[in-house]
Amino acid sequence: MNALLALLLRDMRLATRVGGGALMGALFYFVVVSMIPFAIGPDLNLLARIGPAVLWIGALLASLLALDRLFASDHDDGSLDLLTMSTLPLELTVAAKAIAHWLTTALPLIVITPVLGLMLNVDMSAMGFVALSLVAGTPALTFIGLIGAALSVTLRRGGLLMAILVLPLTVPVLIFGVAAANAAIVGPAPFGPPFTILCALSLASFVLGPFAAAAALRQGQE
Amino acid sequence: MTSDSTRLVCENLACERGGRLVFSGINFAVKAGEALILTGRNGAGKSTLLRVVAGLLRASAGRIKLTGGIDEMGTAEQAHYQGHLDAIKPSLTVAENLQFWARFLGAPADASIEPALEAVDLAALADLPAAYLSAGQKRRLSIARLLAVKRPLWLLDEPTSALDTQSQGRLAAFMRQHLAGGGLILAATHGPIGLDAPRELKMGAAG
Repeated sequence: MNALLALLLRDMRLATRVGGGALMGALFYFVVVSMIPFAIGPDLNLLARIGPAVLWIGALLASLLALDRLFASDHDDGSLDLLTMSTLPLELTVAAKAIAHWLTTALPLIVITPVLGLMLNVDMSAMGFVALSLVAGTPALTFIGLIGAALSVTLRRGGLLMAILVLPLTVPVLIFGVAAANAAIVGPAPFGPPFTILCALSLASFVLGPFAAAAALRQGQE
Repeated sequence: MTSDSTRLVCENLACERGGRLVFSGINFAVKAGEALILTGRNGAGKSTLLRVVAGLLRASAGRIKLTGGIDEMGTAEQAHYQGHLDAIKPSLTVAENLQFWARFLGAPADASIEPALEAVDLAALADLPAAYLSAGQKRRLSIARLLAVKRPLWLLDEPTSALDTQSQGRLAAFMRQHLAGGGLILAATHGPIGLDAPRELKMGAAG
């Protein structure tokens, strides 16, 4: 536990220091979502209708943005070799890195979501539910993205490949995330079912992601 | 942690990379308190052999066994690997870097990293971000890791590179101390490493 906590703290520290990606994700999210009203024009009804989808697409892209360096930076400076020589199973090491990434990248993004809702004419009372759907769904994005990050670790321009690999896998999360957010904003379908499925997707990827990523890293070392 | 009966045995090791046989038929045994120096021309497979023993590359044949250590742990978990890269994060301070590796690699929670930093003469720079260190200072910080966490087997790949003569002398002292405490060392090097008459494995000639 001591070792896992040390790794979690190190990764969070790295993300918040100079050159870390913690606030980049949230800023990117902010910029992407703010561009939409400029592109669509001042049609308030239309903005409210596509609001949840825009927020979710923004969150999806922003949470993948910093993921490509998750293992690549450790690989480049030799840390990855030492991380695999620990008494900890690689699966746990990988999971700890993903949790640190979620805390530093996805959490700030969820915090600023209510502010962005204003720009998209989404009702303030519904913003809570949209944020809740992001809390439930973004862990799935991180843990699915983890697999892509592990697969592309040794590639020079791994980031692009990772996006191509990972984005199709996130389609179910996107569908149910937007469905839950839509249910909260415009109805009439209930919020519960899509939200529950979103939770299930996150839990399943929390279990599968670290195993797949650890296997990919072991292969990549060859 | 180390006992006098610790023994590293490699039998008939072979490694293939990118379809090319890097080495084959490597046999050696290293016992507690003993150092084995790997020599040979560039590309003879010294680094590859160290990475195979560290579990970072898969051997295509043969087996590696560390006996007499802690039974339930593999060779990699009882070894320190010091490769060409120093595994140092530039945005963390010197102390944070070492503290992390000490805790992650399994030093006792209450253990202090101060003695290790003192030993490599970096204590005065403890609060400096590692980005400002020179290549030699980074190497020394990396060596401090070997001292901060006790592991019986040291796998060293060109450990003296970037070090000045004083630091090389210090490293030799660390190695002698490690051997005296029942440790094992496997080191790849081109130059003298500062140990008295270590055993030598010449690679590439037979390969």
